[in-house]
Amino acid sequence: MNIHEYQAKEIFRKYNVPVPNGGVAFSAEEALSVAKSLDSNIFVVKAQIHAGGRGKAGGVKIAKNLDEVTLYANEILGKTLVTHQTGPAGKKVGRLLIEEGIDIARELYMGIVLDRQTGQFVFMVSVEGGMEIEKVAAESPEKIIKEWIEPGLGLQAFQARKLAYALGLEGVQVKQAVKFMFALWNAFNASDASLVEINPLVVTGSGDVMALDAKMNFDDNALYRHKDILEYRDLSEEEPSEVEASKYNLNYIKLDGNVGCMVNGAGLAMGTMDIIKLYGGEPANFLDVGGVANPETVANGFRIIMSDPNVKAVLINIFGGIVRCDRVAMGIIQALEQVKVDVPLVVRLAGTNAGEGAKLLADSDMDFIVATSLAEAAEKVTAAIKE
Amino acid sequence: MILVNNDTKLVVQGITGGEGSFHTAKMLEYGTQVVAGVTPGKGGQKTEAGIPIFNTVKEARDATQANTSVIFVPPPFAADAIMEAVDAELDLVICITEGIPTSDMVKVHEYMAGKKTRMVGPNCPGVISPGAAKIGIMPGFIHQQGKVGVISRSGTLTYEAVHQLSSRGIGQSTCIGIGGDPIIGSNFIDLLTLFNEDEGTDAVVMIGEIGGTAEEEAAAWAQKNFTKPIVAFIAGTTAPPGRRMGHAGAIISGGKGTASDKIAALKAAGIAVSESPAGIGELMEAILNK
Repeated sequence: MNIHEYQAKEIFRKYNVPVPNGGVAFSAEEALSVAKSLDSNIFVVKAQIHAGGRGKAGGVKIAKNLDEVTLYANEILGKTLVTHQTGPAGKKVGRLLIEEGIDIARELYMGIVLDRQTGQFVFMVSVEGGMEIEKVAAESPEKIIKEWIEPGLGLQAFQARKLAYALGLEGVQVKQAVKFMFALWNAFNASDASLVEINPLVVTGSGDVMALDAKMNFDDNALYRHKDILEYRDLSEEEPSEVEASKYNLNYIKLDGNVGCMVNGAGLAMGTMDIIKLYGGEPANFLDVGGVANPETVANGFRIIMSDPNVKAVLINIFGGIVRCDRVAMGIIQALEQVKVDVPLVVRLAGTNAGEGAKLLADSDMDFIVATSLAEAAEKVTAAIKE
Repeated sequence: MILVNNDTKLVVQGITGGEGSFHTAKMLEYGTQVVAGVTPGKGGQKTEAGIPIFNTVKEARDATQANTSVIFVPPPFAADAIMEAVDAELDLVICITEGIPTSDMVKVHEYMAGKKTRMVGPNCPGVISPGAAKIGIMPGFIHQQGKVGVISRSGTLTYEAVHQLSSRGIGQSTCIGIGGDPIIGSNFIDLLTLFNEDEGTDAVVMIGEIGGTAEEEAAAWAQKNFTKPIVAFIAGTTAPPGRRMGHAGAIISGGKGTASDKIAALKAAGIAVSESPAGIGELMEAILNK
């Protein structure tokens, strides 16, 4: 799960990670009142969306007085920002973060992420702050300094000192940075985060270490034990059809193509998308209906797929293992009594009782295009689109 | 065959739960030697099929000589269940549970270091050596005894590949679902190492997916060390970056873990890659007939 910058900074404050003073605003009036409450004569107006690259897209403005705060707040609120992380459709800004302006002496980078190779969390810093860190990692990986965290022990002081010195910090800043890193590790660890990134981490003109930006992602599997973080979920940042699907416990991701697909299992669902593309079609979605393809889940799956007006054909690909294909076929037939599917429907059932399943579909008075192999299914569904 | 065979004696952790009891019946039906179950608080009872239930894995092992465990425990308690199996010094623990928090698995990973137990999973369909033992949730009947090993990060996509093999008369030595999570017990290299030494395996199907760099590492390792042919497929060519594709581990992040990177690495290592998920069996057949 993703959260907004201002929410991440709320978590930072709770764990004593230094951040600029500021607050969230949902309107220009609120922006002004937040600005007035800050002891500063320069302000930053920051668009709050779940994507990076906001500055370049015009979503971050420096206001030199209160009038400019109102001006920029009006300008950014409601605007659709297109960044390298939003996709071409962009994201509409509904919230702002109003902060005091900070005198920046140095811009650095700090992050914590899971290292899948070692099975440990890794603390990373770089002097290349303010840059796209993916670019730094690709072009000059030696500029990213890492320390791996031993589970059970947590971050150690010597590790934090190593990282602080690697950042070129000196004197009292090293102590500050070490304290900062311990606070950040606590925030990360206590909230079951899957990623924290501070880009830039700044050294201020007066020599303080501070998180100018804050990004946190959380492990969905651990959210059951973090009700407070669950409350940070902003549904307006998510695709409405995906929110709807999550209510039915369906794993759905909307894509830009026109072939809807319904599959059991995540790997096979990805493979089905791939083969549609291979046969010249474009998948409209990823949908894993899980282990039980009963009438209810199939009907809900149809509802979600058909809510996308781009869908011109649907491919159902079920590999019956524990779930029997004849039951799945009955489920599909019953689901179609509840949900109207007015585009060609290709069904491929394989595995347990596949023959019986295919017969049920063929004997029903509904119009199915039945396929036996995965290749045949892909061929038929892409042909149906072209007709 | 590797990992499981006719000597496998299985203890089912979470045997009285819905999933546990259902799949225990299926495993028994296949002929797997299920010797014990564990559900804390139900020790001393027996399942309907007469399998004795114990409170702890240690008791189960001492009483039945169980050497392998399969875990159907819900996610909040699964990490603890894995560590209990490791503490009982079983040879192998196969964790089926999906949805275990990553931070729990980080601790399990640390706990297992230097211990004798091997883990497969979590978030996996399990391990089957056709004709000998089925441990997990895969449909037994699609498999055939034979000499092709299968290693996969997926569940149903593995069944699809196995189905393609069996329908061409190509049987399998052992099929392993290694799991769709970011932290797993056994990776491609661990299992390729075992298949390399297994006389009953002539070739291996490797099914990867987007996320992480396990396939790239396996490709580099296999080029240097693996003596048998490999057929690979990578799922997720069409997956968008930054989105978790069902599996917690299937996500392209920071420009890493794309299908095209993986396919390129496999091909560079001389591994045959099927472009289509429907072409895995065919490609293996062509290689075996060479």
